[in-house]
Amino acid sequence: MKTIYLDNNATTRIAPEVLDQMRPYLDELYGNPSSMHSFGGQVAKKIAQAREQVADLLGASSPAEIIFTSCGTESDNAAIFGAVRSYPEKRHIITSRVEHPAVLNTCRYLPKEGYRVTFLSVDHSGQLDLEELRAALTPDTAIVSIMYANNETGVIFPIDEIAAIVKEKGAIFHTDAVQAVGKIPLNLKESQIDMLSLSGHKLHAPKGVGALYLRQGTKFTPFLLGGHQEGGRRAGTENVASIIGLGAACELAARHIPEEQTGVRALRDKLEHSILAKVPNTRVNGDPIHRLPNTTNIGFEFVEGEAILLMLSDRGIAASSGSACTSGSLEPSHVLRAMEVPFTHAHGSIRFSLSRYTTEEEIDTVISELLPIIDRLRAISPFGPKSKTLAQNQKP
Amino acid sequence: MWDYSAKVMDHFRHPRNVGEIDNPDAVGEIGNIVCGDALKLTLKIDRSTEKILDAKFQTFGCGSAIASSSALTEMIKGKTLDEASKITNKDIADYLDGLPEEKMHCSVMGMEALEAAINNYRGITTSSRQRPEGEKIICRCFGVTDRKIAQVIEMNNLTAVDQVTNYTKAGGGCGQCRPQIEAILAEILKKEREKKQSLLRKKMTNLERIRLIQETLEKEIRPYLQADGGDLELVDIDGHTVYIRLIGTCQSCPSMDFTIETFISQKLRQVLHEDIEAKKVEE
Ligand SMILES: Cc1ncc(COP(=O)(O)O)c(C=O)c1O
Repeated sequence: MKTIYLDNNATTRIAPEVLDQMRPYLDELYGNPSSMHSFGGQVAKKIAQAREQVADLLGASSPAEIIFTSCGTESDNAAIFGAVRSYPEKRHIITSRVEHPAVLNTCRYLPKEGYRVTFLSVDHSGQLDLEELRAALTPDTAIVSIMYANNETGVIFPIDEIAAIVKEKGAIFHTDAVQAVGKIPLNLKESQIDMLSLSGHKLHAPKGVGALYLRQGTKFTPFLLGGHQEGGRRAGTENVASIIGLGAACELAARHIPEEQTGVRALRDKLEHSILAKVPNTRVNGDPIHRLPNTTNIGFEFVEGEAILLMLSDRGIAASSGSACTSGSLEPSHVLRAMEVPFTHAHGSIRFSLSRYTTEEEIDTVISELLPIIDRLRAISPFGPKSKTLAQNQKP
Repeated sequence: MWDYSAKVMDHFRHPRNVGEIDNPDAVGEIGNIVCGDALKLTLKIDRSTEKILDAKFQTFGCGSAIASSSALTEMIKGKTLDEASKITNKDIADYLDGLPEEKMHCSVMGMEALEAAINNYRGITTSSRQRPEGEKIICRCFGVTDRKIAQVIEMNNLTAVDQVTNYTKAGGGCGQCRPQIEAILAEILKKEREKKQSLLRKKMTNLERIRLIQETLEKEIRPYLQADGGDLELVDIDGHTVYIRLIGTCQSCPSMDFTIETFISQKLRQVLHEDIEAKKVEE
């Protein structure tokens, strides 16, 4: 059975062109880029090229603003710890309630080291209240870390506006752009973002490689100490092949961004509109306008997400869910709860995330397979529209 | 992805006995849509034999919740209510060739729905508003009572709070009730330890007890003393007191007396599970 892969916010396939670029560096070109011989030197040149490719995609002023890391999570940790250690007199941090655990759990840890953390709330559409941010900022605020786009709902925050507000108050502004890079155009030269995290495996590069953008002149304290690599800002011998892969993927992404905005968006919209039209009692979770072009998060009332995923999986369709049961926790995702998505929809929420490899035929298959799955599960459910129990038992 | 058994996947893909019996003799409803799973069980019961003639279910929940409900209906059909009431959540999980630990609460939901249905048939109301006397809600997030927590701990021999959460959901929301769960768990574990100890004591005859004390002194204590050029002799056993005489270097080392007595007492207590005290007798 061919897999229809609609879980690209979890991870993506390595683009074939990217793999081609990487292969020699896993094989015969194994030199250490720090070595004083040309066998290593040729590798160093490729890494310099990758740095340029990443800088180009981000619209950075200089390749020197790019620090390669081992993943998005490391970039997030390095940014937050780097900022608080660079401003030891400041004891306050601001983030949002809907961040990825890479930021959320780092911020939840910091009170143990004496920091005060403000978690900004979101409204029903998953958007921030910028007044709440303004009110929370103080001269004591070391760093504000707000994600560019949400991995579960695709909701995009007004990051340039947020950066301007933060800079006015003199704090460092970091954004976890792991889900945004490669999907929407960025131009860091024109923005006031100080630090930005990205991750290779979300944009058709391999897993286990990422980058941290660090604006020139920003105070920084390295997260990993050791050798002089990455200009002394991140020690450790480079993950050469993956860094070259990340560079190649960024160059490809730059070329494909227009397609994300048209082709991918059109397929996402087709999927979303068809599901809403054909399946009653469904809703889209998250701001439908300010949203990544590849993501839709749909809540199916009266059924549970894991059951939907298992049935989709039986038909070769890969998606994900914010329901409690899929995470091993007992409550729906923190993002859906922060948005106060009604429990009836949260438990039955499914995220479809497309990529430029998604075909219209695949979308048509998903649309036709999904309806009978939901019907079947609703027929089993005591809350199904045909059941007598409906509405009686919904309140605890 | 969960590692579900083939049996779980079979009952999920092809659930048995889905639906609602018209004019049922018993209805058991458990859970709600806020908690993320809910089960409605309806039964047809032969009033004279109390045999379950038919069982149907409706479930809102994940794959293992649907499979557990389907398994439950298969297990109870044809059984009398007395027989069915003996089914535990463990039986349901075993029937499905096991469930992932984090999903055991699905099997508990099955057992609870059955309990509710049987109570409903017998005219006992168990709605959350009319809890039996003395029972109280421990986990507010998921509405789990102390009785339920204790029952599941005992049935499944649970030993950790995380397990209780996996089996009952209690403590899996805000987590504020975790200390209370811990206390219930500690209470039960303590009782079980005491039960085991008294069983051990009861089984032993006086002669066996004396032999065990002798053996422990021989094998576990004398070698230590001998290594330091000392030794001991068992003088008498009177109730919980064991009288010993110290020989050799032990004898002339008064500062050691206390530790030797404590050391011997502790060893004997571990082996005999009773409050034994070793006492040194003077020449
Ligand atoms: C928004 C966001 N931030 C951070 C990460 C973590 O990236 P990585 O898996 O490379 O550590 C992810 C993906 O898992 C993500 O979606």
